[in-house]
Amino acid sequence: MGPVPSREESHLVSRKRTAGRGAKGNSARGGFSQAVRRAPIWGQAEQKSPPLRGPRLSPFHFRPLQLKMVASRAIGSLSRATASRIRRCPGYTCRNFSGSSALRARTHINYGVKGDVAVVRINSPNSKVNTLNKELQSEFMEVMNEIWASDQIRSAVLISSKPGCFIAGADINMLASCKTFEEVTQISREGQKTFEKLEKSTKPIVAAISGACLGGGLELAIACQYRIATKDRKTVLGTPEVLLGILPGAGGTQRLPKMVGVPAAFDMMLTGRNIRADRAKKMGLVDQLVDPLGPGLKPPEERTIEYLEEVAVTFAKGLSDKKISIKRDKGLVDKLISYAMSIPFVRQQIYKKVEEKVQKQTKGLYPAPLKIIDVVKTGIEQGNEAGYLSESQKFGELAMTKESKALIGLYHGQVLCKKNKFGAPQKEAKHLAILGAGLMGAGIAQVSVDKGLRTILKDATLAGLGRGQQQVFKGLNDKVKKKALTSFERDSIFSSLTGQLDYQGFEKADMVIEAVFEDLSLKHRVLKEVEAVIPDHCVFASNTSALPINEIAAVSKRPEKVIGMHYFSPVDKMQLLEIITTDKTSKDTMASAVAVGLKQGKVIIVVKDGPGFYTTRCLAPMMSEVLRILQEGVEPKKLDSLTTSFGFPVGAATLVDEVGVDVAKHVSEDLGKAFGERFGGGSVELLKQMVSRGFLGRKSGKGFYIYQEGVKNKNVNSDMDGILASLKVPPKSEVSSDEDIQYRLVTRFVNEAVLCLQEGILATPTEGDIGAVFGLGFPPCLGGPFRFVDLYGAQKVVDRLRRYEAAYGKQFTPCQLLIDHANSPNKKFYQ
Amino acid sequence: MTSMLTYTFKNLPSTSKWALQFFVRPLSCSSQLRAAPAAQTKSKKTLAKPNIRNVVVVDGVRIPFLQSGTSYKDLMPHDLARAALSGLLTRTNVPKDLVDYIIFGTVIQEVKTSNVAREAALGAGFSDKTPAHTVTMACISSNQAMTTGIGLIASGQYDVVVAGGVELMSDVPIRHSRKMRKMMLELNKAKTLGQRLSLISKFRLNFLSPELPAVAEFSTSETMGHSADRLAAAFAVSRLDQDEYALRSHSLAKKAQDEGLLSDVVPFKVPGRETVTKDNGIRPSSLEQMAKLKPAFIKPYGTVTAANSSFLTDGASAMLIMAEEKALALGYKPKAYLRDFVYVSQDPKDQLLLGPTYATPKVLEKAGLTMNDIDAFEFHEAFSGQILANFKAMDSDWFAQNYMGRKTKVGSPPLEKFNNWGGSLSLGHPFGATGCRLVMAAANRLRKEGGQYGLVAACAAGGQGHAMIVEAYPK
Repeated sequence: MGPVPSREESHLVSRKRTAGRGAKGNSARGGFSQAVRRAPIWGQAEQKSPPLRGPRLSPFHFRPLQLKMVASRAIGSLSRATASRIRRCPGYTCRNFSGSSALRARTHINYGVKGDVAVVRINSPNSKVNTLNKELQSEFMEVMNEIWASDQIRSAVLISSKPGCFIAGADINMLASCKTFEEVTQISREGQKTFEKLEKSTKPIVAAISGACLGGGLELAIACQYRIATKDRKTVLGTPEVLLGILPGAGGTQRLPKMVGVPAAFDMMLTGRNIRADRAKKMGLVDQLVDPLGPGLKPPEERTIEYLEEVAVTFAKGLSDKKISIKRDKGLVDKLISYAMSIPFVRQQIYKKVEEKVQKQTKGLYPAPLKIIDVVKTGIEQGNEAGYLSESQKFGELAMTKESKALIGLYHGQVLCKKNKFGAPQKEAKHLAILGAGLMGAGIAQVSVDKGLRTILKDATLAGLGRGQQQVFKGLNDKVKKKALTSFERDSIFSSLTGQLDYQGFEKADMVIEAVFEDLSLKHRVLKEVEAVIPDHCVFASNTSALPINEIAAVSKRPEKVIGMHYFSPVDKMQLLEIITTDKTSKDTMASAVAVGLKQGKVIIVVKDGPGFYTTRCLAPMMSEVLRILQEGVEPKKLDSLTTSFGFPVGAATLVDEVGVDVAKHVSEDLGKAFGERFGGGSVELLKQMVSRGFLGRKSGKGFYIYQEGVKNKNVNSDMDGILASLKVPPKSEVSSDEDIQYRLVTRFVNEAVLCLQEGILATPTEGDIGAVFGLGFPPCLGGPFRFVDLYGAQKVVDRLRRYEAAYGKQFTPCQLLIDHANSPNKKFYQ
Repeated sequence: MTSMLTYTFKNLPSTSKWALQFFVRPLSCSSQLRAAPAAQTKSKKTLAKPNIRNVVVVDGVRIPFLQSGTSYKDLMPHDLARAALSGLLTRTNVPKDLVDYIIFGTVIQEVKTSNVAREAALGAGFSDKTPAHTVTMACISSNQAMTTGIGLIASGQYDVVVAGGVELMSDVPIRHSRKMRKMMLELNKAKTLGQRLSLISKFRLNFLSPELPAVAEFSTSETMGHSADRLAAAFAVSRLDQDEYALRSHSLAKKAQDEGLLSDVVPFKVPGRETVTKDNGIRPSSLEQMAKLKPAFIKPYGTVTAANSSFLTDGASAMLIMAEEKALALGYKPKAYLRDFVYVSQDPKDQLLLGPTYATPKVLEKAGLTMNDIDAFEFHEAFSGQILANFKAMDSDWFAQNYMGRKTKVGSPPLEKFNNWGGSLSLGHPFGATGCRLVMAAANRLRKEGGQYGLVAACAAGGQGHAMIVEAYPK
């Protein structure tokens, strides 16, 4: 059974390598976070593979770890627990139907008969989405058995009564409540059996899909004889199980390759990507499309569902009358692919290639993709029986892994971070003004206008403004190229962006977000200028990665309206938004900032003000350790491979280059001053010398590596040898094994994160995990620093810290909260 | 000039609730008199407005509307417009030098004659001293030509205006691709052989793929037929209803043609071909035949077919409009007044073809009339499904409240007063020329069938719409 309900279309953006090049010459702008941006957090593969278009699918384009998708999904299954005893009035759903059996009220499923077609309607009560849970499944089988037994009924239509959601997946909590491998396997076996019955149904079943059809929902749909989907942006099909560290466990791994071909099936199952209806039609995943309707005599969504049902009923009739064939005409390309796939040698090559690619991308840290390949292979090479067996076994195994628990935890965390815990603001922000049209400012503008906020983008110079406007336009235009927007929508969205050099119109602004250079006096000047022109209710938000908000607010006439909004670059790709509140920030200001952030599509953590807030502060000690490791003579390349093989998306040395050596120096000096010895380790001298030699990282073309336009494999900057040699310190052999180097980095990160929770910078461990994974690239397979402590064991973390403390001193002293957890094994961050 | 009072006894159709009406109409050139309220006793009011000149249609004509690719296929748009203008001259005998201004509507422009009004006027023998311009507003282009004329007359700028429209779908501009055009333009500027060769070396075969005129809505990339099918589905208009309505349109058109009611048609001797005397798209069929057709846009289950859609048409229309006093001074007996009109626009995606629904209540309100006051409805029939969807929308309180910001529905027009002489589905729909046909049909029907007010309404690409009140000129 494949979990993962999804209600929102995630941004299937392929991040290009060039995404950040515009940063050149923007050195100070955006600071720390700006760099992290270029260090794409979620799987490098994503950067490199072009988006797939057309029916040709190569197995070599998948992005196994695109976790952000998972995380972007709002889940409705959470409300399942309350899944209501309320019975719907049978007369309501069945009013058009005859047949007494149809009148039996059920909680999740209702059905009626139109002529000789049974219309089965899925509508889980008290929830925005339908999720496959035990109750729904048993009702469903009950209904299907009645349909199969009835002489009057010759075919059936499956449809959801909820606009925007067919079935969003299986119920994650159903898995979470399983204690053993056997229980999970059993769930899978049952799902397989149910869907097999559907597949073998002699009465044709048409799945009428509108809205999310994911995971178990898709597995249900592909077990039916025919699929009709609304051509709506909300209608997405996919198998996102891999993003939760599991696999499609209700026959999906077996049916999908037969339906769309092995390469496309691998692509779907290994990336977990959402597929829009029109592409699904091209792939052969759905048989017919229905256009969404506009207003008629009813609201559009309601009428569209009705229409979908009418069309589906026509097709169901046609199928049972044998007027319509379920065989699809395959295109030449499809025929060639299926011919090629009939040659065992070709198949073996494909498995091999796919496995190699997965190995390379996951570094063996994620078990699910490999098992998926294995299960598909078993099904094809050894037949259905073996395939189904293998599927359920592997499903059980995967559900028990730490990786899966970590990923599911992240998923739940993200759902929480998509809510506004401060409630609705008194006045909804509709007019936004952004100061500074740099990379960050323009990025914020882009995610604002395309969500319908009227936005002013102000810069000091025409050239700077023009660059920013072009960035917004390009961002929107890229969506047009990917067919996520029409050119008309692009124009219309772009028209709600006003570019200007003065403060005209600021009197209407509900929120001003400044993204000017990271310089306190400049921020002060801007704040004073803005406060002179904005209305009383207007919030002033500062996008800074390290400057304390209370220092910025110090010159404000109305500090309760000042807040920090730390975006991560590139803003349109990075999902995290760190909101920083001071003691003076009012609740309504917080509510307003979170509301705007949510509108912009962000996952939000709210933290207290302090040097480096949460994200920058966690990264700093780790960076300091990076310097020390380099000083101890570890090659940058070696260090990179150690960090990436631990699960970080970008190597540590590369990260420094991407962040910008000058920025790193700036931050480590600042935070070093604030936190003293704990942030020590490597010598800032290393960074200083690099800056003085002009090795600023990617933006200057040289850092630890040499960056050349058009050169893919970067070479180590040999000029660094001298600097490193002059600052060399002798390594301590007792803590310098590969594993120790990895853990020195990670434990400092984790320790600082836990300290942030202890000090109250963080309100919850969940926010800590989400911030670390989505903002800093903490290995998703570990689920974030807090989940890591829970799964790895606090005692073991403390033991390691103590060992390193013995070698290096205070920088590794475990914080009290971590010690508390180590001392009482029952204490967990996640209970 | 003297003022006049015209007393008219009028018999209204039996369907009307007024059996006999008496009404008084002040017709005057003197502003004082015009300003004076008309003495109305037991009469339906007139729509004359104080201080605004009355605008009348003296007469209007059209050449037969032909399916594209038939007898007009070798002509150019201005040829058709010319024929309509000549026909108008013949019909009205208006002295050419009295025409102050000429306005034509067209949609798909022939680039050689982008101001087709001027080319046609010159060719039709109008004075070369008469200025002319061309307007475009999709299917309501000639409505725009008329209302532009109304504006010019009402504001006192001119007295005599010719308005019309033309469309030739037998030939449309098909362009080179943008890349090819760019290369050709650059080649023009290239000075040396080297520059030319380097430009030519950039040539790729795909430059040659032509660019067809957009059949789709620019803003949504959706073709109109597709939108109509969705609209029909949104209002749950069945295929059968659509076919029945289309059959009605063709049957009524046939009847009107046979009875010689389509008096606005003027014969056109096509150079090198026979003289065309009547519309050739009228083809009453049977419901069985129509049911066999496959959907044309949403395949395989849509409801809009070739039989229940208007077809691509060649044609042109023209009419002579004047200030009332001018017409009377010249001794004309005008056919109708052109009264209040509105343009509306709405969502071009989901409400593309609902213009009449939005425009009708607005224009009625403006004129102070109700649906019951209207004796002749002439709506543009783009698709059966579109007409029936508009009926349902007009008859829905829910729609009026949720989408039009009105308290109540306006009500759907009674079918017995609706497009009684056929419509665009059967007579044809040359985009730029249909507006004038609608107005003349309303005017002629009011004269023939009796009644005072006609309502003309049409939808247009871009999600726009138009409605106008035509008031019969007292006999």
